[in-house]
Amino acid sequence: MTHATNEVKSGGGAVATARRRRKKLTFDKVSFMAVFLGLPLVIYLVFVISPFAQAIYYSMTSWSGFDNNMPFVGLGNYVKLFNDDIFMISIRNSIILVIFLPIITIVLSLILATLVTIGGSSRGQIKGLKGAGFYRIISFFPYVIPAVVIGIIWAQIYTPDNGLLNGILTGIGLDGFKDYPWLGDARTAMVASMVVMVWGFVGFYMILFIAAIKGIPAETYEAARIDGAGRFRTAMSITIPLIRDNIQTAYVYMGILALDAFVYMSVLNSTGGPQNSTLVMSQKLFSTAFSKQQFGLACAMGVVLAAITLAFSALVFLVNRITGGSKDVAE
Amino acid sequence: MSLDTSRKSAPAGHVERKGEDTKSDKVVAGVSHVMLSLWALMVLIPLAWTLLSSFKTTKEILISPFSLPADWKFDNYVSAWNTAGIGLYFFNTVIVVGFALVIVMVLGAMCAYVLARYVFPGSRAIYYLMLAGLTFPIFLAIVPLFFILKNIGLLNTLPGLIIVYVSFALPFTVFFLFSFFKALPKEIAEAAQIDGAGEWRTFFQVMLPMAKPGMASVAIFNFLGLWNQYLIPVAINTNPENYVLSQGIAAFAGQQGYAVDFGSLFAAAIIVVVPVLIMYILFQRQLQGSVSAGTMK
Repeated sequence: MTHATNEVKSGGGAVATARRRRKKLTFDKVSFMAVFLGLPLVIYLVFVISPFAQAIYYSMTSWSGFDNNMPFVGLGNYVKLFNDDIFMISIRNSIILVIFLPIITIVLSLILATLVTIGGSSRGQIKGLKGAGFYRIISFFPYVIPAVVIGIIWAQIYTPDNGLLNGILTGIGLDGFKDYPWLGDARTAMVASMVVMVWGFVGFYMILFIAAIKGIPAETYEAARIDGAGRFRTAMSITIPLIRDNIQTAYVYMGILALDAFVYMSVLNSTGGPQNSTLVMSQKLFSTAFSKQQFGLACAMGVVLAAITLAFSALVFLVNRITGGSKDVAE
Repeated sequence: MSLDTSRKSAPAGHVERKGEDTKSDKVVAGVSHVMLSLWALMVLIPLAWTLLSSFKTTKEILISPFSLPADWKFDNYVSAWNTAGIGLYFFNTVIVVGFALVIVMVLGAMCAYVLARYVFPGSRAIYYLMLAGLTFPIFLAIVPLFFILKNIGLLNTLPGLIIVYVSFALPFTVFFLFSFFKALPKEIAEAAQIDGAGEWRTFFQVMLPMAKPGMASVAIFNFLGLWNQYLIPVAINTNPENYVLSQGIAAFAGQQGYAVDFGSLFAAAIIVVVPVLIMYILFQRQLQGSVSAGTMK
């Protein structure tokens, strides 16, 4: 057996492979390709790609969904949107979220990740803090809780008269907060909502950064230590530059989440909060489509949202590239 | 300070030097523990409070947020499960997520395998098409999706929800598994084919079993993502009979507003969290491992 195979191979290697390659269209191969590639691709094209493409077309009609009558209005919907004060408020709120949410989340998770990884002894091997596993398990847990449930729990925590937060605040003597409506006051509604999202995601990014920091060779840290760098200096000059690409990825992910924010915002304040202070684009889109049946207009909002998302990602990549990017890391 | 430690371990001749904590080490460790514990408390207190409240009567909840329940009964759970319909939603969710998960794993693995192992015209294009699906916000697609399902008669049905779940989980699955199949040695597939296995057999009996670790990580993430999905069901699955848990509990919370049964609401929240908590405890290591793997690329 072995002998025979060997002979074929040594006899005419190139010819044999060429023949095999030409003999492609067996039933086995055709059925394989059709099912393995065709089936997923058809489903994907029908339910993901075609809706994206259709949305762009619908955004230029004033379609109300009930009939096939789709008056083409060109860019009319977009003009309408940018003259709509409430939609502009929702854009403003989304942009506030996309600016602050990633920064707060990433800074907090970087601090926690740094504490876990280089909080250990400055002698001997570079090690993390004792009991780090415990903190990791606890911190990561909110990430797996359904966003709806996180929203519901926090809405109860913020309840003015019998919520946990005001209970704690009045408990430690701050009676001014008795019955304070955190989500019902335009001054605090947005901040309170951001806290909820930060709470949900810090653990995830902390784990991500811990993994990235552990990927840095220990020698690098040892060298820094020999050169006399303290912990803070090490974190600023070694850790952050070396995990820069991970930070960039995290920033993009978190920004995309912040531009969505639909679940949190609609559970915490279903109608957009006091004076629309927590109304975000995704909420406005949803109500325009499914409550007001203005499907053309809603699709235009979707296009604006997609454009902002892409612009945001491009901006993050660009800033990272301009400020040096991964260049100074590459030895 | 450093002299101190070396003197201590030096006398015994050749002893491996053991790092001893200096004073500043202890301070740093102490501060780190305090800060990390504060964060851990931030995470745990809301959850513990929810658990505690789920055993209290609504009256007790309204009187004081901190008091312990007078007696620990499961009444809230029973009423959430039956009256609020959480039981039905739970059942729907298990069906939808179960089917969607199996289908997307099979389809995703097949697609990723073909893209990773074969070079053919258009394979790059398909890859970028998948990337587009990951990048664009689902909100852009939601209105046309609604009408596509309406036209094929699957709007507000569980099969409709399943197929949409599958489609939107597909790009992530393909991406993750693509790199996995790419890393598997080509020689093994070739060996299988020389031994006479066709394309189908090579995949199911040789390549797929080798991709098990990758499949497991992706399956966990898909499970969490689908179990927690909210936007898709509220848009295309509006018949209360077919509600899944996330939208069911949101409707329950919304309809009562400031009115009544807080105890049951907390109990419902716990019911929704328990399955993911179990998954989390079981697969904790793997989950954190795959987050790490994602960073390495």
